[in-house]
Amino acid sequence: MKTKMKILWLSAISCNGNTHSFLNYPYMEQFLDDFEFIYHPVIDSKYLLQDIVSKQIACDILLIEGAISKEYKRADVSIVEIIEKYSKIVQKIVTVGTCATFGGIFRESGYENASGLHFDQEKKLEDFKYLLDKTISLSGCPIHPEILANTLYAIKKSATLRLDNFLRPKEFYAYTVHNGCTRNEYFEYKVDNHKFGELEGCMYYEHGCQAPFTHGSCNKILWNEVSSKTRVGLPCMGCTEPSFPRQNLFSTKKNMSIPESLPVGVNKRVYLTLAGITKAFKIDRLEKKLFDD
Amino acid sequence: MSDKKKLKREQIIQCSLELFASRGFYSTTIPDIAKSLKMSVGNMYNYFKSKDILASEIIKYISIYLGEKLKEINEEDISTKEKTRKIVEMYFKTASLKPEMIDYFLRIYLSNREVFKDSCEGMLCVNEFVTEIMIYFEEGVKCGDLREQDFFSAFGLFMGYLGGMVFLKGENILPKDLNDYVEDITFNIYKALCAE
Repeated sequence: MKTKMKILWLSAISCNGNTHSFLNYPYMEQFLDDFEFIYHPVIDSKYLLQDIVSKQIACDILLIEGAISKEYKRADVSIVEIIEKYSKIVQKIVTVGTCATFGGIFRESGYENASGLHFDQEKKLEDFKYLLDKTISLSGCPIHPEILANTLYAIKKSATLRLDNFLRPKEFYAYTVHNGCTRNEYFEYKVDNHKFGELEGCMYYEHGCQAPFTHGSCNKILWNEVSSKTRVGLPCMGCTEPSFPRQNLFSTKKNMSIPESLPVGVNKRVYLTLAGITKAFKIDRLEKKLFDD
Repeated sequence: MSDKKKLKREQIIQCSLELFASRGFYSTTIPDIAKSLKMSVGNMYNYFKSKDILASEIIKYISIYLGEKLKEINEEDISTKEKTRKIVEMYFKTASLKPEMIDYFLRIYLSNREVFKDSCEGMLCVNEFVTEIMIYFEEGVKCGDLREQDFFSAFGLFMGYLGGMVFLKGENILPKDLNDYVEDITFNIYKALCAE
């Protein structure tokens, strides 16, 4: 009989959004043939949460969903204690989603001392420092199911994942969400006449799109294998970043008409020079509706 | 471009600026400029293929010159109010030392758009200068000194004001030297743009 990798899906302070997002993984049957959840919040598993916290069940990978706080308990046991217990026996720990990685929405909600496992937004924490070598961060609100599954398969195959400064696999987070966006031409030529729900125009200038400075593969590994926020006309909300959630997600913060956050790594002078040049030209094709009936 | 050729190119631009200022843009021909520099007309065309191209290159030259001066001010670790004063000073100093430069900008570039329509769309030929003004505004708002507003409403107020003063000076209407107005104009501009 084939040995399945054993996974514990531990929910901390969470809305279970990642749990539900993962249910959209298109190859779940195959996945459950290769992996076994010793405990999962919604998928049938062999053990109860009480068993998990009272005993030490054999486990290979610990998945943590949700923000972490010393005050927070599961089955009457501190989440920190549960993490400490299982982190000793697992090969890898994966923080699933932005709350478990950086604190996310639950940190913003003001829950007492809530943060990610290793990061409080950008700040590196001391508490679980000894686990840094074991951890992989998968930020996102929610996590893309394929990114989670592919990371778990990489662990199973003992493939080396190169990680960024926040322990995120570069395979998925070295790109920006802007990469692959179907509105790139509008960005290039500074055509910002976007209206919500329409196919035309770039959302970076007026409607708060954070894709040019957000790390992720949303426009490369599509959601439900068909689309992404920006493709359907919703701005990227920067949900994979430590700063998520920012304020006013549907409007661009500008200083004297200049966006406060520029495309990642692009010097302000360079950006303004390029913008000045492209704005000098009017590209008729991009000013029109795509389907001009 | 060799240093020698670069120097010659700058000499042509400087001479053209002076001739345009004294005789007028349309009355000055390429042969006039060549004659003034003791160059052959044929050699002049090796540097600039037409008067329209020369006209565009001159405005780019002025934009780079002013843009570099502004960049130095932008990179100083001083308050937005101090930067405002330095920009006003720099603009007036340029208008006093190189009056033909600002004169060209105001009287030729802005007044004869048909000459520049093919090669200087939008702000293409004044990009360096406008970029630095944008950075001055953006950083001023970001640090809380300046009030958030549309770029052009602030740009018009600032540059329109300075341009207007230099224009009045050029018409010999101003009773005092431009430098005598630096304090008041800095105060007025900053008061109009500041956050409070």
